[in-house]
Amino acid sequence: MAQDHDHDHDHDDHHHHDHGSELSEMQLRVRALETILTEKGYVDPAALDLIVEAYETKIGPHSGASVVAKAWADPAFKQALLADATAAIAKLGHVSRVGDHLVAVENTPEEHNIIVCTLCSCYPWEMLGLPPVWYKAAPYRSRAVNDPRGVLADFGVTLPEDTRIRVWDSTAETRFIVLPMRPAGTEGWSEERLAALVTRNSMIGTGLAKRPDEAA
Amino acid sequence: MDGVHDMGGMHGFGKVEPEPNEPVFHAPWEGRCIALNRAMSFTGEWNIDMSRAAIEELPPAHYLTWSYYKKWAIRLENMLLERGLIEADELAAGRALRPGKPLKRTMTVDKIEAAFNRGKYGRPASAPARFKPGDRVRTKNIHPRTHTRLPRYARDKVGVIDAVRGCNVFPDTVAIGQGEHPQWLYTVLFDGRELWGENSDPTLTVSIDAWEPYLDPA
Repeated sequence: MAQDHDHDHDHDDHHHHDHGSELSEMQLRVRALETILTEKGYVDPAALDLIVEAYETKIGPHSGASVVAKAWADPAFKQALLADATAAIAKLGHVSRVGDHLVAVENTPEEHNIIVCTLCSCYPWEMLGLPPVWYKAAPYRSRAVNDPRGVLADFGVTLPEDTRIRVWDSTAETRFIVLPMRPAGTEGWSEERLAALVTRNSMIGTGLAKRPDEAA
Repeated sequence: MDGVHDMGGMHGFGKVEPEPNEPVFHAPWEGRCIALNRAMSFTGEWNIDMSRAAIEELPPAHYLTWSYYKKWAIRLENMLLERGLIEADELAAGRALRPGKPLKRTMTVDKIEAAFNRGKYGRPASAPARFKPGDRVRTKNIHPRTHTRLPRYARDKVGVIDAVRGCNVFPDTVAIGQGEHPQWLYTVLFDGRELWGENSDPTLTVSIDAWEPYLDPA
C-alpha cells in the first residue's frame, strides 16, 4: 500500500540496534539460554520450532483482513462485530482464537481511530500477527497520543481537518482493532477481493484501506 | 513505576519510520527469543504483569537503546535468575551446570496452541461497578514505585466513562505477587485539551483502560 512504501530509506539504526556485533552477540546469547533451558528440561526445542513457525507462517494480518472484508460485505456481521468482536469472530471459526476482550472500532468520515500502547507493545496479534518494529518503538508510542496527525503524516496519510481523531491507548488486556472505511468503487465485490484492500496499517489506524486502483 | 517505558506524550524521539516489507523476525534469534519467552510463561512461574514489570525495570539507557527482542531476552534471563531457575555461572558457561527445578508444567509439542492463547483476565465481581457510561471521573495522582498501568500523561485528569469492560485482574497487585484483586475496568475518554492543554489538536480525544482504583468521581 502506498503509505507503507513511501519511506524508502536505508535500514538505519532507528530500526536495528542489533546490527553487526549485537547481532552475533545476541545469536550466541539466546542460543546459550536455549541450551541451558533445554538441558534443565524447562523447554522442548521441537515446541519452540513450532511456535516460531506459527509466527512466521500462520499468524498475520490476513486474519484481520478477512474479518474486515466480511464486515464490509455483511451488515449483520458488522453489527455483531462492533457489538462484541470476540464473540462475532469466534462464530466464524476460520480465524484463530481471540482473547477475552477484542473491541472493533469503526472509522467513519467523522471519526478516525488509532490504536497504540504507550506503556509497552499491546497489539491485537491474533488478528494482525506480531507488531512491526515501529509500533513498539519510542516515536510512535510517544507521539500517537498527542500528535496523531503528525504520526499519520509520517505514514503519508492526511485526514480532513475536521475529522475527529480518537486514540485508543491499550493499557489493559482489552485489544482494539480498527474497522477501516470501505473504499469507494468496490460495490458488489466478493469478500476475497475486498480482503486484498485491507492493509495491516489500516487496522491499526495508521493507514487507510487501498483504493481499487492500488490493489495488486 | 515512573520509568522511560511510560512514553505517552514525550518529545524528542523523532519521526515514526515504517519499514517497507518488514519481515516477521529480523534475525533467527528473535524468533527463538519470543518462543523461549512463550514457553517459559506457560510454566506459570510468573504472570504477564510480572514480565511487563521486568522489562520496565531494565536500566533506562538500556530500555531506550536495546532492540525489542534484546530486551525480551535479557528480561527472561533476569526473571530466571531471580527465581533461581538458572544461575549466573550457567549463563557464563552456556550450558546447564545443575539439574532443573521441578516446574508445574512445560510447553511440549502437543501444547503449543497455548502459546497463542492470550489467557483470560476477566474475573467474577465481588461488588457492583461504581461507575457507568457517561460518568465523569478524575484519575488519581499516583506514582507507585512498582508496576502500574495508569500512564503518567493520564494522571489527575478528568475524563468520561466510555465503556465498562468487566471485572479484571488488577496489574498493580498481581505484578508484585500480592494477588489478583479483581477490579472493574473502564474505558475512560479524555479530551485532548484536558491532557495536553490549550494547544492540543481540538479534534483529538484519547482513551485509556483504567481499573476502578485509579478513578475518583468528578
